[in-house]
Amino acid sequence: MIAEFGLAALWLAAALAAFQLFAGTLSLGKKTAELGQAVRPVAILQGVLCLISFIVLMVLFCETDLSVKLVAMNSHSAKPFIYKLAGTWGNHEGSMLLWVAVMAASGAVLALFERRLPERAMLATLAGQAFVSLGFYAFLLFSSNPFERLAEPPAEGQGLNPLLQDIGLAFHPPTLYLGYVGLSVAFSFAIGALITREVGPAFARAMRPWVLGAWIFLTLGIVAGSYWAYYELGWGGWWFWDPVENASLMPWLAATALLHSVSVLAARNALRAWTVMLGVVAFSMSMVGTFLVRSGILTSVHAFAVDPERGTFILALLAINIGGALTLFALRAATVTEGERFSVTSREGALVFNNVMLSAILGIVLFGTLYPLIAEMMGARVSVGPPYFNPMSAVFAVPMMLIMAVGPLLRWRRDNLTRIRGSLLLLVGIVVLSAITVTLIAVPGVLPYIGLSLAGALALASVLPLRGRKLLRTPLPTWGMVLAHLGVAVSLFGMASESAFSVEKLVALREGETTAVGPWQVTLSRVSPVAGPNWTALQADMQVSYQGGKAQTTHPQARSFWQPVQQTSESALLTRWNGQLYVVLGEEAADDRWQLRLWWKPFVTLIWYGGVLIALGGLLALFGRVASDLRRIVARDKIAYRRERQGR
Amino acid sequence: MSEAPKTAKWALWLPLGIFAGFVVLVILGLNRPADREVASAMIGKPLPAFDLRPAVAERPGISRDSMAGGKPRLLNIFASWCIPCAVEAPQLAKLAESGVEIDGIAIRDRREDVEAFLARHGNPFARIGADDVSSVQMAIGSSGVPETFVIDAKGVIRYQHIGEIRPEHVAMLQAKLKEAEQ
Repeated sequence: MIAEFGLAALWLAAALAAFQLFAGTLSLGKKTAELGQAVRPVAILQGVLCLISFIVLMVLFCETDLSVKLVAMNSHSAKPFIYKLAGTWGNHEGSMLLWVAVMAASGAVLALFERRLPERAMLATLAGQAFVSLGFYAFLLFSSNPFERLAEPPAEGQGLNPLLQDIGLAFHPPTLYLGYVGLSVAFSFAIGALITREVGPAFARAMRPWVLGAWIFLTLGIVAGSYWAYYELGWGGWWFWDPVENASLMPWLAATALLHSVSVLAARNALRAWTVMLGVVAFSMSMVGTFLVRSGILTSVHAFAVDPERGTFILALLAINIGGALTLFALRAATVTEGERFSVTSREGALVFNNVMLSAILGIVLFGTLYPLIAEMMGARVSVGPPYFNPMSAVFAVPMMLIMAVGPLLRWRRDNLTRIRGSLLLLVGIVVLSAITVTLIAVPGVLPYIGLSLAGALALASVLPLRGRKLLRTPLPTWGMVLAHLGVAVSLFGMASESAFSVEKLVALREGETTAVGPWQVTLSRVSPVAGPNWTALQADMQVSYQGGKAQTTHPQARSFWQPVQQTSESALLTRWNGQLYVVLGEEAADDRWQLRLWWKPFVTLIWYGGVLIALGGLLALFGRVASDLRRIVARDKIAYRRERQGR
Repeated sequence: MSEAPKTAKWALWLPLGIFAGFVVLVILGLNRPADREVASAMIGKPLPAFDLRPAVAERPGISRDSMAGGKPRLLNIFASWCIPCAVEAPQLAKLAESGVEIDGIAIRDRREDVEAFLARHGNPFARIGADDVSSVQMAIGSSGVPETFVIDAKGVIRYQHIGEIRPEHVAMLQAKLKEAEQ
C-alpha cells in the first residue's frame, strides 16, 4: 500500500503545481488579484506532499520492498543499511524524485518566508517555479515512475553498482542536487523580475540568500565529488574534466558569477540585465548538466544511470524552460533601465572583470564538454582531456585571481590605484619572492609554477580587507568573503603542489619486501583474503613510516562484489598535515609478487580544505545576510506595532 | 565610463542563439546511429613517411619503414590522458595475446605519463612513437584518440577503427587483419 500512497502524494503535488501556475499567472492581471492569495498556501502544500512522496520511497528502500520494481532493480537485502538508504537516489527515478522534492521544498520555503519582494513579483516567481516543476513532475509520472510495482516480486534484488556502495554516495548527489535546484529559485526570481520588470536592489536582496545557499551546496558537492573520485576510483587524480564533473562545474561557475553580480546589484543598483541573465544561465547550466548526465549522450566514466530514451524527454523540458526564459530575456532586457554608473577602477569594475572571466571559463568548459559531440557530427570520435582544459581555463583563471586579490581593496564607484599602492607593492613583492623560490627549487610545468608563485600573495591579499577593522565588528558577509578568497588561495596551492611535487611509484613486491616512495618507507607484510557483508577482498597489510619515524599499518584492498559481479580497488590513504600517501593494491604478478601503486602527494589535501573554506565563507555570508534580514523584519514589526498602539 | 554602453539589441538574442545551437547539436547526437562505419579517405593508401622518437625507454620508436614488411599489424593511436584509451586496454591485450603485432603512437604525451599508463593498463605494443604535435596523427587521417588502423604487409592502410575497441570489436579486427593478408 505504501508505494501507492507515495505515488498518490506525487500526483497530488503535481496537480497543486498546476494550480499554482494557473493561479499565479492569472493573478498578475488586475481583475483576478484575489486568486493570488491562494498561491502561497498551495506552494507550501505542494512542497509537503512532494517531500512525503520522497520519504515513502526512502522507506521502501530501507525495507527492501522487492515488489517495487525500482527497489528490486537497485537494491539487495544483504546491503548495509546506509547504502540501502543512499540507494534511494542512486538511480535514475529516485534521483529525479529527489530533484523534484528539493525543488518543491524550496518553493515552499520561499512562500513561507519571502516578504521583501512586491507581491506581484512574488506571484510571478512562484508561478515560474511551478512551471519548471510541472515539467519534471510530468517526466517522473509519465516516463520514470519510481513506485511502479512488479507483478511477481523476485526473491532477491539485483544490487547496486559497487562503485556506488560508498559513504561518498550518501552525501554527494543530494548535496549537488540541493545546489542545482536551489538555483531554480534564482531562475524563478529572474523570470518573475522579467515579467513584472522589477529589477533592482530589492530583487537582488531577495534572490541573494538563495544564490548563496545553492552555491554553498554546489561547492560542497563538487569538493565531495572530487575527493570521492580521488579515493574510490583509485587513479590518484582529483579532477578528470569528465563530462559529469564539468556538468557540476558549469553551474558553479555561473553561480559564482551570479553571486558577485547580485552583490553589485544589491549594493549599487548596477549590472541589472546582466544579473538577470546570470540568474537564467545558472539554472540552465544545472539542467543542461543533468541532461548530459542522464541522457548518456556523452561517454563518461560517471554515467551510472543513463538512458537515451529519457534524454529526449529532458531535452524537450530544457528547450521549453531555457528557450522560454532566454526568449523572455531577449524581449524584456532592453526595457530594463540602465543601472548606476561606475568607473573602471572600482569595486564594481573588478567584479565585472571577475564576471567576464568566469563566463569565459564557463564557455570554455561548455565547449570542451560538447566538442566530442560536434566532432562526432563530422564523423570523428574524440576525447577532450586536460591538454585542452588546463591551459585554456588557466588563461582566464589567472587574471581573475589577480583581480580577486585587488578588487576587495577598492572602493565602490570610483577609486584609484595610488590609494592602495602600499598593499599592491607588498603583494607584488610577495609574488616576486615566491617566483624566485619556485625557480630555485625547479618546479616542472608552467601551471604549477604560476600557481605556487601566486598562492602566497593571494592568501595575504584575501585577509587584507580586514586590515584596520575591528574584527568583532566586521560584518559576517565581509568575513565570508575573506574566508572564501582565502580558500581559493589554499586550494590553488594544493593543486599546484600536487601536480608539481607528486611522486608516483609502481612496484611488484614479495611479502616482507620494502620500497621507498618520496619520504616514505613502505613494507608489504602480507596479503590475505577478507570478507565483507556483500564482497570478498584481498587485503594487504602494509607497514609504512614517514622519514624513518614510527611505523603505521595500512590496508589497501582489491574487492570483488558478487551482486552484481564487479572488481573495485579500495585504496588506502595515510594523511599527514603536509600531504597524503596513496596506496593501491593491484594484481598478483609472477613469482608471488604483488603489484602496488604508490603515490606521495604533498599538500594534496589543501585542495579540498580550500574548497571547504570557500563553502564556509559562503555559509558565513549567508548567515550574516539572513540574520540582518530577520533583524530588519523584527524592527519593522515593532514599529508597526507601536504605530498601531499610538493610533488607538 | 558607463556600466554598459547601451547593449545592442541583437546581443540580447545571443544567449538564445547559443542555446538553440546546443539543442540542434544534441538532437543530432541523440538520433545518430549507435554504431557506424566511417569511410576514411586514407583507406587503401600507403602510410605517409614519418619517423617518431620512442615514447618510452623500453620500446623502440616508430617509422614508416619499420611498419612495412612482415605481416599485417595494428596501429593504435592513444594517449595516457584519454579515458576511452584505458577502456580499450584489455581488448588490445587480448589481441596482442592472440599473436597480433600492435604498434602505438602516443599523442601529445609525456614519457612518465605514458610509462604510468602502460604500467597500469598493460603494454601490448611492439613499438611506441611519440607524436608531440599530432603531425603523424593528422597525416594518417586520425582526428582523435583512441583510433586503431589495420596496416597490411606493404604498409598500406586497410581499415580505420574510430573510438575505443570494445569486446565485440575484437573478432572484427582479427577478421580485418586476415583480409589484409591477401
